[in-house]
Amino acid sequence: MEYLLIIVSAIFVNNIVLAQFLGICPFLGVSNKLSTASGMSLAVCFVITLATVVTYLINKFLLVPFGLTFLQTIAFILVIAALVQMVEIVLKKVSPALYQALGIFLPLITTNCAVLGVAINVVSKEFTFGGEAHMLGLGEATVYAFATSLGYGLAMILFAGIREHLSLNEVPKAFKGLPIALISVGIMALAFLGFSGIV
Amino acid sequence: MSKFSLITKGLLKENPTFVLVLGMCPTLATTTSAMNGLEMGLATMFVLILSNIVISLIAPVVPDKVHIPVYIVVIATFVTVLQLLMQAFTPDVYKTLGLFIPLIVVNCIILGRAEAFANKNGVWDSALDGIGIGLGFTVSLTVIGIVREILGSGAAFGFKFISGDGILAFVMAPGAFLVLGYLMVLFNKIAKK
Amino acid sequence: MAAKSSLLNMALCLTAVCLVCAAVLGITYSVTKEPIEAAAVAEAQASIAKVLPEGGTISEEMTSEAEGVLGYYVQTAADGSVSAYAVKSVAGGFGGPLTLMVGVLPDGSIYNTSVLSHSETPGLGAKCTEEDSHFRTQWKGFSGRLAVTKDGGDVDAITASTITSRAYTKAVAQAVALVKSLED
Repeated sequence: MEYLLIIVSAIFVNNIVLAQFLGICPFLGVSNKLSTASGMSLAVCFVITLATVVTYLINKFLLVPFGLTFLQTIAFILVIAALVQMVEIVLKKVSPALYQALGIFLPLITTNCAVLGVAINVVSKEFTFGGEAHMLGLGEATVYAFATSLGYGLAMILFAGIREHLSLNEVPKAFKGLPIALISVGIMALAFLGFSGIV
Repeated sequence: MSKFSLITKGLLKENPTFVLVLGMCPTLATTTSAMNGLEMGLATMFVLILSNIVISLIAPVVPDKVHIPVYIVVIATFVTVLQLLMQAFTPDVYKTLGLFIPLIVVNCIILGRAEAFANKNGVWDSALDGIGIGLGFTVSLTVIGIVREILGSGAAFGFKFISGDGILAFVMAPGAFLVLGYLMVLFNKIAKK
Repeated sequence: MAAKSSLLNMALCLTAVCLVCAAVLGITYSVTKEPIEAAAVAEAQASIAKVLPEGGTISEEMTSEAEGVLGYYVQTAADGSVSAYAVKSVAGGFGGPLTLMVGVLPDGSIYNTSVLSHSETPGLGAKCTEEDSHFRTQWKGFSGRLAVTKDGGDVDAITASTITSRAYTKAVAQAVALVKSLED
């Protein structure tokens, strides 16, 4: 039951893009076409889940016992950067097809603040999912990270669909490109506000 | 480029928010009020100036293949220094900006300036570039903050001049996107005339 | 421009940069350690002082296993008797945890409350942070039934923010329950 609440909360209520403002740059950057948007979503999903698990363990077994939590930011970003590199190398060898699909997006992910943001949030914030406020355990953290990245994918794919239609329409010159995109995201975010309070 | 234009280019020609469209996450997330926007801008500027200075100094000796990791370590160091200083001396501000202070590490403005400017220019110019772009970022965030605060709670910098609640949506997430979108339209209209 | 890469200079460069950065961070950490702790203590002191009557000495933070209680402080008067408790209590609000400092007198009535942290909706639930609103002033000296009026209690909820008001009330009730169990 609690896992279900985590999933609904992370995908809809606290959608990472529309409510938490994380990962906006790639969200605006690669949502021009549905195909690139879904590729990016997949890659982000993979990296966020993996990075959260690894940083969670590093925080719990290295930083906290040695009183080094002030090194969190620097340690996490290095782990994420290394992880992304590794994923890239492994994918290239193991599954060239997937590498073809995700390849160009992987290097971009290091500077996607959604990854670092979720990793830091999971180890530093208390969450309430229907019950008492508490720090997340490893299982919950993994589910939360995975669900959050699904929310990222959902927002991205929905938005790419809207944008493909937008590009076919005549808009005033000053609105062309990003401004009209931002305004559409704003309206999307308004719609997502309707989910608030469910969990 | 003259020293003066290095500083002013960030305001209009290379405005990081409205023209380069970089660092969108803090731009949207922390501009719920004018003061928050201003503080976030200044925090980013601090890191940007220092990282620009250090990177312009070490760029000639850093091997090409590892320059990105080296830059990230340098930037992350300054961000952590900023985090510690803020926790010590301005704990309230640190609490308000929260997650978005550590996230300065992945703000594309900073790595972007390191790549595009600091690693091929002198220390002095890089510092000025940091000031200029940082200033542009700070001004943009403050403007967005002012607009959202006025529409959302009828106040500016905490001084309430319209009684009542204002339009709540502008303080919440959707308002951030809408205000930034419309300000960009305005910016395009004015700048491209 | 950048130097040519070889395995040796790459390794050297990365090591050197990491060492220097670690040193810088270590120094900053040791310099800022005391001010950070002082700031945390000052903040805790200020939040306690806000919810307790003036005078008396305040104890160190004590821990409790009671539901939703993060910790509490005991204020003793000059004659050594307990004059009030300050309880740090948390409940799930609309947007996330809502943490309060609740000042409770030994008889179970409330002296004052304050919000330590919250993630409620701005303009709606976040109104629970406005100190001169009716919702907040009603807590001063409150000793009625701890539930919002909709649930048959005596707490007037914030308009359109019943969930926040319920969470606030729950956090206060937890604090009162702790004090009652301590007094028994």
